[in-house]
Amino acid sequence: MPTLNMIQALNDALKVEMRRDDRVVVMGEDVGVLGGVFRVTVDLQQEFGSERVMDTPLSEGGIIGTAIGMALYGLRPVPEIQFADFIYPAFDQIVNEMAKYRYRSGGQYTCPMVIRTPYGGGIRGGHYHSQSNEAYFIHTPGLKVVIPSNPYDAKGLLLSSIRDDDPVIFMEPKRIYRAVKGEVPEGDYTVPLGAAKIVQEGRHVTLIAYGAMMQETLQAAAKAAEEGLQCEVIDLRTLLPLDTDTVVQSVKKTGRCVVVHEAARTGGFGAEVSAILMEKAFLDLEAPVRRVTGFDTPFPYSLEHYYLPDANRILSAIRETAAF
Amino acid sequence: MVPEVAAEDLISVLSENGIADKAVDPNLSNADLLNLYRLMVFNRVLDERMVKLQRQGRIGFYIGSVGEEATVMGSAFALQPQDWIFPSYREAGAAFLRGFPLRAFLCQLMGNREDLTKGRQMPNHFSARPYNIVSISSPVGTQLPQAVGAAMAARYRGDDSISLAYFGDGTSSEGDFHVALNFAGVYKAPVIFVCRNNQWAISVPLNKQTASATIAIKAKAYGIDGVRVDGNDLPAVYQVTAAAAAKARSGGGATLIEAVTYRLSGHSTSDDPRVYRPEDEVAQWKGKDPILRFRLYLEKKGIWTTDEDAELFRRVDADIVTTLKEVEAIPSPPAESLFDDVYAQVPPHLAEQQASLWAAQKEDH
Ligand SMILES: Cc1ncc(C[n+]2csc(CCOP(=O)(O)OP(=O)(O)O)c2C)c(N)n1
Ligand SMILES: [Mg+2]
Repeated sequence: MPTLNMIQALNDALKVEMRRDDRVVVMGEDVGVLGGVFRVTVDLQQEFGSERVMDTPLSEGGIIGTAIGMALYGLRPVPEIQFADFIYPAFDQIVNEMAKYRYRSGGQYTCPMVIRTPYGGGIRGGHYHSQSNEAYFIHTPGLKVVIPSNPYDAKGLLLSSIRDDDPVIFMEPKRIYRAVKGEVPEGDYTVPLGAAKIVQEGRHVTLIAYGAMMQETLQAAAKAAEEGLQCEVIDLRTLLPLDTDTVVQSVKKTGRCVVVHEAARTGGFGAEVSAILMEKAFLDLEAPVRRVTGFDTPFPYSLEHYYLPDANRILSAIRETAAF
Repeated sequence: MVPEVAAEDLISVLSENGIADKAVDPNLSNADLLNLYRLMVFNRVLDERMVKLQRQGRIGFYIGSVGEEATVMGSAFALQPQDWIFPSYREAGAAFLRGFPLRAFLCQLMGNREDLTKGRQMPNHFSARPYNIVSISSPVGTQLPQAVGAAMAARYRGDDSISLAYFGDGTSSEGDFHVALNFAGVYKAPVIFVCRNNQWAISVPLNKQTASATIAIKAKAYGIDGVRVDGNDLPAVYQVTAAAAAKARSGGGATLIEAVTYRLSGHSTSDDPRVYRPEDEVAQWKGKDPILRFRLYLEKKGIWTTDEDAELFRRVDADIVTTLKEVEAIPSPPAESLFDDVYAQVPPHLAEQQASLWAAQKEDH
């Protein structure tokens, strides 16, 4: 099995699906001749031509609006937004249009499409190249939100997302685009949407994370193990719809939970997980659910290492939760 | 008055070898010409130094204006100090022209403790309120409707101040561009839009950006004037902008200026243009270098010599290196500043988060 980084795995997924399904088209800024500023779409235009792999004008609203029209007509567009930080000019198209077509037409029209977009910090990109803005989309009924943390899942989840009949926001942790490598099967396979993965079993504290924060979370779990604390680590993979069963079952076992994300704290996904645990595992909780998150500040530049949760901050939360 | 020309024509003053068309030469004073030349050279040398610095890992990123200096300097020079500038990310030259210190610029690149923007933004995204230059944002085009609003506010206040916004050719595809032109037309706002048409938006050439013959022509549909000028010809850019400024100031409304130029470098230090554009195209535009052309003009006027030129390049570089040494010693902003400026006052939930960061830091040590 080849060892790939996430960029290569995503590129492979796009090739597999474009060969299999001629409804799939790729579009976005710099995705064609250049192959994307992060090279995720490299070589696609050579193989599939410029009618299926389109360098678009510089307009996110235009990219997503046009992709919606294609999806309505029966194609399966996979538009790229160059950085999640630049998705906002398309917000209206995403939130009011793409997400709502099925509902508002009584199921007559749907938008089966996948918006791929790199997100997250840790690359010295400052406020406009680091945002982790998944919460806006999680708060939007009609969308699915997927965030892989490794090359194997990235490929399998992207294939599932393209085949899904609903619109998916597929957020790619650019910080680990190249840094994390793994074995990725050739050809076709899928990782189901809506299924979290228990990455490591443990009985003391459940750790919940996704995307680039899986790296920090696993490091924290390893440090906790040195102190005799066995953490159960869950990679959510799909945030919406959430695999509530896996999360609740784990916390019923451990009675303790720490949720980690790099997005700002207030109204972030950690709050949602915490609320679900209050509703479904209240009597099993031995400690309050703790959140380790980015701060409620804009994403900084020079001080990003303070902003981003790291293994030490997660470890402190594990200790406090365990000792509660 | 803005010259009566079709939006397809290209206004110029200097030929490619620096010979001025006497009939249209704005005849700037020798002192101004020399000052503008020095500024362009300074900007060029700075950009080249900073790219090297990035390659050495001493700054994280850099985006410059190599090849576009005449567009930036010529237009900014046509403004008054009270006029507001809404930049994109390639107009540091306009700030230098207004006196923004090199040291302040370098501190911003470092994101250090002396940076006026407190290390909050990535390199080149400075902000210089004392010079009426607003904060630079990465999302392209957002500054354009803002410039219209500021211009309307200045008129409302009765101030003798107009706004000028810079943007790239690619940015003309964003909704904000069209919104801005429309508002500017409807409200007859005293605003100037300067499109640096450098032919490329990262890897996307202009012909994939728009099916329109020019950018300037787009002004027509919004009921404002559009002019197209050779962006590598400083006197021409100056002249066109000065006319647009006079018109705006006297209640004549907005102008869209398309300055035709070329991005001689990669998009930024993150980019390798060899993947997508032909070398001979770059070579061709190198022959139209705005600094070279302006130097030939000065030499023909007899106010500049090759010896002075060599000395200027040497001195400018030495100044940059000296200032660089000074600022590289300045430490990062203090960690507590992370929570400042989110709001006027730190609200309770942020105060709590700040305290938790201290607690975590103490544990670490
Ligand atoms: C809204 C938004 N989308 C995408 C980007 C990423 N991006 C940065 S610069 C750029 C190209 C801009 O081209 P142009 O407007 O021609 O300006 P130039 O860089 O050539 O000066 C792109 C796509 C961005 N900064 N903002
Ligand atoms: Mg451009």
